Amino acid sequence: MRRLSLPKFARYQLLVHLAALIPLAWLIFDAARGNLGANPIQAVEQRTGKYALILMAASLACTPLNTVTGWRSVLRWRRPLGLYAFVYAALHFLTFLGLDYGFDVGLIWLDVAGKRFILVGAAALAILVALAFTSTGAAMKRMGRRWKQLHRWVYAAGGLVIIHYAWAVKADIRGPLAWGALIAALLALRLPPVRRWFARQRVRRRLQGR
Amino acid sequence: MAKTDIPGIPSSEITPEHVYINRRQFMLGLGGLAAAAALAACAAPSSPAPAVGSVATLAPTAGKSTDELGDRLTTYEDVTTYNNYYEFGTDKSDPARQAKNFRTAPWTVQVGGLVNKPATFGVEDLIRLFPPEERIYRLRCVEAWSMVIPWQGFQLNKLLAAVEPTGAAKYVRFETLNDPEQMPGQRNDWYEWPYVEGLRLDEALHDLTLLATGVYGKPALPQNGAPLRLVVPWKYGFKSIKSIVKIDLVAEQPSSLWMVAAPDEYGFYANVNPDVNHPRWSQASERRIGETARRRTLPFNGYAEQVAGLYAGMDLAKFY
Repeated sequence: MRRLSLPKFARYQLLVHLAALIPLAWLIFDAARGNLGANPIQAVEQRTGKYALILMAASLACTPLNTVTGWRSVLRWRRPLGLYAFVYAALHFLTFLGLDYGFDVGLIWLDVAGKRFILVGAAALAILVALAFTSTGAAMKRMGRRWKQLHRWVYAAGGLVIIHYAWAVKADIRGPLAWGALIAALLALRLPPVRRWFARQRVRRRLQGR
Repeated sequence: MAKTDIPGIPSSEITPEHVYINRRQFMLGLGGLAAAAALAACAAPSSPAPAVGSVATLAPTAGKSTDELGDRLTTYEDVTTYNNYYEFGTDKSDPARQAKNFRTAPWTVQVGGLVNKPATFGVEDLIRLFPPEERIYRLRCVEAWSMVIPWQGFQLNKLLAAVEPTGAAKYVRFETLNDPEQMPGQRNDWYEWPYVEGLRLDEALHDLTLLATGVYGKPALPQNGAPLRLVVPWKYGFKSIKSIVKIDLVAEQPSSLWMVAAPDEYGFYANVNPDVNHPRWSQASERRIGETARRRTLPFNGYAEQVAGLYAGMDLAKFY
């Protein structure tokens, strides 16, 4: 029996995979039950986009969470969460190309030319593709310092996604503003002075605890 | 309760269809006459002469399942559950839920401004004065989805003729009820409530311009703009203001809620036009609710024959 119980680390990983796949299962369930409303294609588009944004923010929250709490295992969630963000973004894009436009290149061209929010979204996805394909340990080793530089682009992708979201809504941009503020805050928590301050606080707390 | 004041049985169910159709053709003819008379009476000399198009091509559709282009009606279910009505929430499914207890009776609409005979009408008076007829219209939302809806209503020009616009009247301004108690969306101060829309007088007098009281032969539900809403089928859906309490004839072009909220994105005219993009998205194609493939958007939503004349000589990219 002992051999069946997973190591603690693996159990956390399993939890991340389950949490990230539940929205997809829920979406498929709703689609199968006809619960997606009068405009199901738009519903799939909007939901996959929203899940991609949530997972991206979750992935970006790992490092700051570690900075603030000192909790180490949270750092292991970064990669799977980021990859799932990419998966949902890719589904979002495929829904747009296939379900929405039926891969009709003429029609897509007509609309992309006039829809700047699509161009911005596509740019964000291009970044996520690059990050996903360099997410392996081998790529990390091969790229060395350049890996870190490349993966900082995730914040550019975050900014583009917020613009994409804000340009897609009609006038009330409180939703995009709230998500933008969250991503900006997560970025601020990564700035070296902020990080050092939190690290000192942790050391102080530990010393006082003794 | 008093909702039953609104006739609930489509006349097509009572009258044999051929008689019904003849009667309605006769009435459409009358409507055209009324509009012409109203135009002669009150159109400003400077405004372009509107081409009162052949509404006859849109006529008798009672009992049919398609519009005059052969497009299938959108299901009643979709028409009543997928709504843009921000007073009841910004999600399409919000209005059906949040407007459930909206009081649509008693209801009066105040018609005034630059008119000789200002008056306040109960909705039941309007229905008595101007018996509703069925019109199957395409509705094209600025968000690039569309529906085909059988409305019951009467031509706005009949009501306007009754109040006699003065020569100074150039535009018509419409206002929705302002009641944040009943309309939770109005507590969202991102927008300047109440909802306001406007039409140029000749647009308002056009035979296609309808004040609707019913949908699918039934009294309209609150999410569809009950008890009285505008339907201007060649313009984007947001022009067709819902739950109207006030109609004013005015001299200056009114500013609509959307023009105030995003002036560079929403113009006064808002005619459906595949060649003029919204600044942030294309209007070249649309999804008909209930269909999978997109379809190309038609100029003036397929009503160009009837209404293009209203805009002769105008740069529609400038007056979007």
